[in-house]
This record gives sequence, C-alpha cells and structure tokens, in this order.
Amino acid sequence: MTESVRDRVITIIAEQAVLEPGDVKMESTLEDLGIDSLGLVESIFAIEEAFDIQVPFNANEPENSEFDISSVAAIVDAVSSLVAEQTHS
Amino acid sequence: MRRVVITGQGSINSIGASAAETWEAMREGRCGIGPLDLRDVERLSIQIGGQVRGYDPEAVFNRQQISLYDRFTQFTLLSAREAIAQSGLSFVGDLAARSGVVLGNSGGGMNTLDENYRSVYEEGKNRVHPFVVPKLMNNAAASHVSMEFNLKGPTFTVATACASSNHAMGLAFQFIRAGMAEAMITGGSESMLCFGGVKAWEGLRVMSKDACRPFSANRNGMVQGEGAAIFVFEEYEHARARGADIIAEVIGFAMTSDASDIVMPSKQGAARAIAEALKDAGLNPEEVGYINAHGTGTAANDKTECAAVADAFGHHADNLMISSTKSMHGHLIGGTGAVELLACTLALRQGVIAPTIGYEEPDPECALDVVPNVAREVRVEVVLSNAFAFGGLNAVLALRRV
Repeated sequence: MTESVRDRVITIIAEQAVLEPGDVKMESTLEDLGIDSLGLVESIFAIEEAFDIQVPFNANEPENSEFDISSVAAIVDAVSSLVAEQTHS
Repeated sequence: MRRVVITGQGSINSIGASAAETWEAMREGRCGIGPLDLRDVERLSIQIGGQVRGYDPEAVFNRQQISLYDRFTQFTLLSAREAIAQSGLSFVGDLAARSGVVLGNSGGGMNTLDENYRSVYEEGKNRVHPFVVPKLMNNAAASHVSMEFNLKGPTFTVATACASSNHAMGLAFQFIRAGMAEAMITGGSESMLCFGGVKAWEGLRVMSKDACRPFSANRNGMVQGEGAAIFVFEEYEHARARGADIIAEVIGFAMTSDASDIVMPSKQGAARAIAEALKDAGLNPEEVGYINAHGTGTAANDKTECAAVADAFGHHADNLMISSTKSMHGHLIGGTGAVELLACTLALRQGVIAPTIGYEEPDPECALDVVPNVAREVRVEVVLSNAFAFGGLNAVLALRRV
C-alpha cells in the first residue's frame, strides 16, 4: 500500500518536473526538482485526482498548511496518511 | 493639454448600494465579506465572499430587461444611473456623439454561463433562452449604458483580469485628454459569485477561508467580491463652463507588462507602472499622499507591491499612506479598480483615508503605513490607485484634489 502510494506520488512529481521517476529522490525538495509554486499547485491537483482525496493546502501559507511539502518523502507520508484516513472513514 | 475631471460617481457593492453609502462604509471600516448565499455552496471549499445583499433585481428592472441583463450588467446600469444623475449631464446632439463608454470586466455574464451550462449539462436540456449570448458577452454592460444614455462615441470593454477597470479608466482619461471625447462613462463591474466562478478560483489555492487581511503577517489569501462602480469623466473646461461640481481631477495614467509570469507578480513591472504614472502626471514622488493598493491579501501580491512602492518612492515610501479596501469589499476582479477609485475620491474630496481592515500582525515585508483598521482624517493633494493583474498587466492612475 505505502509502496504504491510512494510510486504513484513519485510518478506525479516526476512528470511535473519533467524527470525520470528514477531521478526523483525521497530526500529531494520541490525546489531541487525545479517545481515552482504553480507546478506545486498542479501536482497537488494531480495527487487529489489520483487518490480521490482532499489535500488541505493554501499557497499563501505553505509552511502553515497541514500538508507537509518540505521533501518528496514528506509529501509521500502526508498522502499516505490522507489515504489511510479516507479508508477508515 | 486638456484636463480631465470626475463629475459623477455611482456604485453598488457588498459595502454600499450607492457611492455615498460606499464612502460611508469605507469611513467606518465596515466589512462586507460574509457567508456566500448561492446554489450548491455546500460543494465549495471556499464559502465566503463580498456579496451584494438585499438586492432585488425585479424591484428595479422589468422582466424583459432582466432577460437581457446579467447581474454584472444590472450592477453597471444602477451605478451608471447614479453617476450620470450626479453629473447633471444629458447626452444629446454633439455631446452625445463625442461621449462614450469604456468599462472594465473580466468574466462577463458568469451567472448566465453557470445557469445555462447547468441546464444543458446537468439537467440535460437541449434548449436555452434565445438571449444567452447577448446577455453573457462582456461588452453587454457597456452597450446597455450607451443605449440607455444615448452615448454614441467610443464604446467598448477592456478585459485584463484584475486590472480591467484601471485600464478602462486610464483609456477614458486618455480619450478626453487627447480630444477624442468630451465625456466618458467609465469604471467597471463583475459578478463572479456563482458556483463555477468560485470553484475556478478555489483551484488556484490562493483563496482565504476566513477573511481578507492585506499586509497583515497572518494573511492567508484573497476573497472574491462583486458589484460595480461607474464614473463620469469630463473635460475640465466643459465641466467648468456648465458649473459642474468637480469631485477630483484625473492627472496621470500608466500601464506596463511584466512579460514574465502568468500569475506571479513582478516588483519591477509594478514599480515601472507607478513611476510612469508619476511621470505622466508630471509629479514628484513627494507629492503623493495616499495610494489605494492592489492589496489582494495574498502572500505574493502584498510583499511584491510594498517592495515596488519602496522602489518607486524611495524614502518617501515611509511618509505616504497605502491601504487596501479589498479587506472590506473583497476582490471584484475586473471591477475592482473602479470600486477602489471611490477610496481615492473619498481621500481627495473628504480628506478621509479608508483603512485596511482585518489587520492583525505587522509583516516586515510590508513595512509601510497601511492605515490599519481605522480610517484617518488627513488632507491629501495627490493619490494613486494601483492594479496589478494576472498575466503581469499593471495599471496605475493618478488623481489630484480640486
């Protein structure tokens, strides 16, 4: 389950960054990958569509959002917990 | 050079059903933002806006008119009636031929689009009302104003997102200054508060769920508004000859394009527009006492705008006042510069600087005098009005006290 969330998130981020999935490291930040604020908003949209979840994210206060975007690993964790919450509810 | 003055103003928006009521609300720092009342609101994640309340179209327009007037056209006509009545002008003969209408608007008849998409896509109907096109086209408001008041000169609509109204008013000013027109009806309107209109903005993730707090460190986005404001711009000698009451003088205008990003603002583009407006008006920066900010309440706009003002004004940036009335009426998108020009006429005519309400925490990146929360009585001679649109399009107007 977590494995597949990770792979799918990486695929989405790689597509946004125009990179091969293999080049997206878990410790990479979005900045490292060249994803700007518009790219981030598009990635979040793609994640919401792929997992059928609502991601709480306001571009005005990314640091205050419940959704941690500090690295690829953080995003994968955040998506995993949103997916888990959804399965439980 | 021919001079241009304002001899009438009218408005309807979430803080007032007339220009006078809007002035009063701005003076009192009243907030028009509240829970949205619209169909399917429960499916929106953003549920607040600066909506026009207590407005009954059937009390002011007949059924035939309503079948042709989208909400943005209704707001425009009500505001135009007020402004033209105040000016005392009647457009006949040569004056009619030499007067026109330039309005700002971004979305056109969004409510008409929303309702009719719903009926064909959701309800599966195969027939729409015959007037859908003339109702939703975004020049409809300008055309209806020209028809109602017999204005036969240059008439069109400018659509440059959040700068639409400033671009429109700047062009109206230039037409009169250049001798192409004697009087122009100008300003703008917007009515995007419908399910599709709010849903589209949600997508960008720049909207606040609770309040518009421009320049405040805890700001968390913009809030949409709706409404219109319309002004009568008139050549100075023409106004003086007929003894018109002059509200303020329009003295300069500039527009620039960032040529860089479709949504992110640029300090350089904004600063250039401000500097060029000063130059067009023949002003020294020190003469400006107040700026009506674009001040959307987003992280990006407010810090970029403050940096641009600091750049354009140097040390004088610390002496002038700058406020965003979007904190009260929300962001009227294509109509916003028009409603905000009322804060400029309020400053020049009544010596009242409208506040930035909802201000809670200073932000070191917005370290200017933003007139927090309470209006201030100060006599100012010259004011600017900023508008910086998505697409990197900037438009700045300069006005002087008469």
